[in-house]
Amino acid sequence: MKNVQKQKRANKSLPFFFRDEFKVSFVIIFISFALLITTFTFDIVPPILNRGIQPATFPKALLVLIIVMTLLIYYLATKNPWKVQKKLPKSFFLTLLSFFIFVVISKTLDFFLAISALSIFVSYYWGEKRIFYLLLVGIIFPVIVFVFFETILGLRFPPGIITNIYYS
Amino acid sequence: MDNLLLMMAPLFSSKLLLVLFFGTLFGLILGVLPGLGPTTGGALILPFTMTLDPLSAIVLLTSIYCAGTYGGAITAVLINTPGTPAAAATCLDGYPLAQKGEAGRALGMATVSSTVGGIFSVIILVFFAPILAQLAYEFGQPEYFALAIFGLTMLASIGEGSPIKNLIAGAFGILISTVGKDFMTSIDRFTFGINELTEGIGFIPVVVGLFAMSEMLTQSTLINQVFNRIALKAIKLPSKDDYKKTWKTILRSSGIGSFIGVLPAEGGTVASLIGYSEAKRFSKNPEEFGKGSIEGIAGAEAANNAATGGAMVPTLALGIPGSATTAVILTGLIIHGVRPGPDLFREQPDFLYGIFGAMLIANVLFFIFGFFGAKIFARITLVPNKILWPMIFAVSVCGTYSLNQSIIDVWIMLFFGVLGFFMRRYGFSVVPVIIGLILGELVEGTLRQSLVIFDGNWLMFFTRPIALTFFILSLIALAFPLIRAKKIKK
Repeated sequence: MKNVQKQKRANKSLPFFFRDEFKVSFVIIFISFALLITTFTFDIVPPILNRGIQPATFPKALLVLIIVMTLLIYYLATKNPWKVQKKLPKSFFLTLLSFFIFVVISKTLDFFLAISALSIFVSYYWGEKRIFYLLLVGIIFPVIVFVFFETILGLRFPPGIITNIYYS
Repeated sequence: MDNLLLMMAPLFSSKLLLVLFFGTLFGLILGVLPGLGPTTGGALILPFTMTLDPLSAIVLLTSIYCAGTYGGAITAVLINTPGTPAAAATCLDGYPLAQKGEAGRALGMATVSSTVGGIFSVIILVFFAPILAQLAYEFGQPEYFALAIFGLTMLASIGEGSPIKNLIAGAFGILISTVGKDFMTSIDRFTFGINELTEGIGFIPVVVGLFAMSEMLTQSTLINQVFNRIALKAIKLPSKDDYKKTWKTILRSSGIGSFIGVLPAEGGTVASLIGYSEAKRFSKNPEEFGKGSIEGIAGAEAANNAATGGAMVPTLALGIPGSATTAVILTGLIIHGVRPGPDLFREQPDFLYGIFGAMLIANVLFFIFGFFGAKIFARITLVPNKILWPMIFAVSVCGTYSLNQSIIDVWIMLFFGVLGFFMRRYGFSVVPVIIGLILGELVEGTLRQSLVIFDGNWLMFFTRPIALTFFILSLIALAFPLIRAKKIKK
């Protein structure tokens, strides 16, 4: 309890634009506002076809509701600040980076290779240094999953340097 | 009598028995592993169910639900970490009792009370779901709209965390459901010129992303966490004395759990906390709570498993999920072309009673597996995250890809994984997003169709007694957190 109060006090001592409640509210409102503007570009249905409300009305109402509620949580947070979150460790950013690497490899090289690379990368940075286990998570298990999906579920994976060899 | 025979059907089908066996086993494993649980596990298994017929698919998901909810207790007792959020209250007394060298007794009580709670809730399900479905025949579009709003406000009010944040998350879920072609006019919304988005954002990428991938990112922040494990010699059935002490608590918590489960909220988690606090309130020895009270374990475990059957009531009768896992089960029903609601009760009683029967059998099966295999399941927690999560990633990616054979779905899953992580970090529950996504089409569709019926007059909603009742209940639900906060201040 004392710890939470300490964390809350620490948050209050920061300038408002560094506080979590401001950053989170700002991001939500910014994205909602951008989407709200997008709704004005939706096609308008002629009155004869339009029964009830226009297709843009419902998302507009939702976005306004989200903005209003976000302003409300920010207002409440000025009275009762959120506790300061611990800094994210390096392993989190490396995992996030591995997601990005997965997207790049799956798009440019090969889907299977991307899974394999991510599995080895994540396992290694999470502390696994034994070669057998790295091979298990990076090659043996993805092969089992690949073959299972390919043969039992009849799935065809997207073409790539390794999948092309398999399919040919 | 006919319905009873239909409930027994899974017992006479070797295929369904096999599905039940694997579902229960898999559910237990998922429940035992912290960070997984029946919701994430259900989401992971969802693409695989496409190879099964609808009944087998739903039986698989429901057996995972029942067994996974119980499985969380094993980890809660032995390593003081709830395997599932619903087992959080079990830690409070389960672990202290295990520290006293009575892990077997604690797990025995957890197993018995979970089974009783689960069976009790299936009985509630069998009796109340058809009644609720019958009532739903009176519902038109305005009533369904009001009901969906009530469901979302209940989620905000009873669910964990800030009610306003829950409402924002629910509204965001509904917003995701508007992506793609408008179902009434075929006009593109939020597609940004990407062809793959015209069909909308699928349930599976969002569910797997928000539950499995966000959990993977959460686990990446906990890789140095060390658990103190307590060795389990053997599970012990509760003694006569324990039964005497707890039978009232088990029955009360079963009732509480079933009732909370029926409400559209976070099911087992809320149920177990209320079951636990009520057990303490009625106990002759409240001072023992938190120090290894057997009543505390019984109260929490009976309630969280009773919520499973309760949560299935609105899911099957109205198509409104009662918990996060039933939201996944509802997704399973939708992708298998089964439309929950009153018509399901009239047109497919064999399907429905097959599910009821399967849930009953799953409760008996997890009792047997739990009783004889708890020691083995406890060892599963020894699988290190550095091996487990890369494997879960491979399954998640292939499972998500398999549904539409679309790489975009995989990227959407990763996006929602990152989003889910930050949502949880800043206190936004991801459950309302899923429920909002599932209810989104219902909310918008019924609203727009109602406005067509009412010729655009919004006030007409309040002339319908059932819809008006739901709106009033929604207001009460929204006011509830304020009243609760004032009471706590006093």
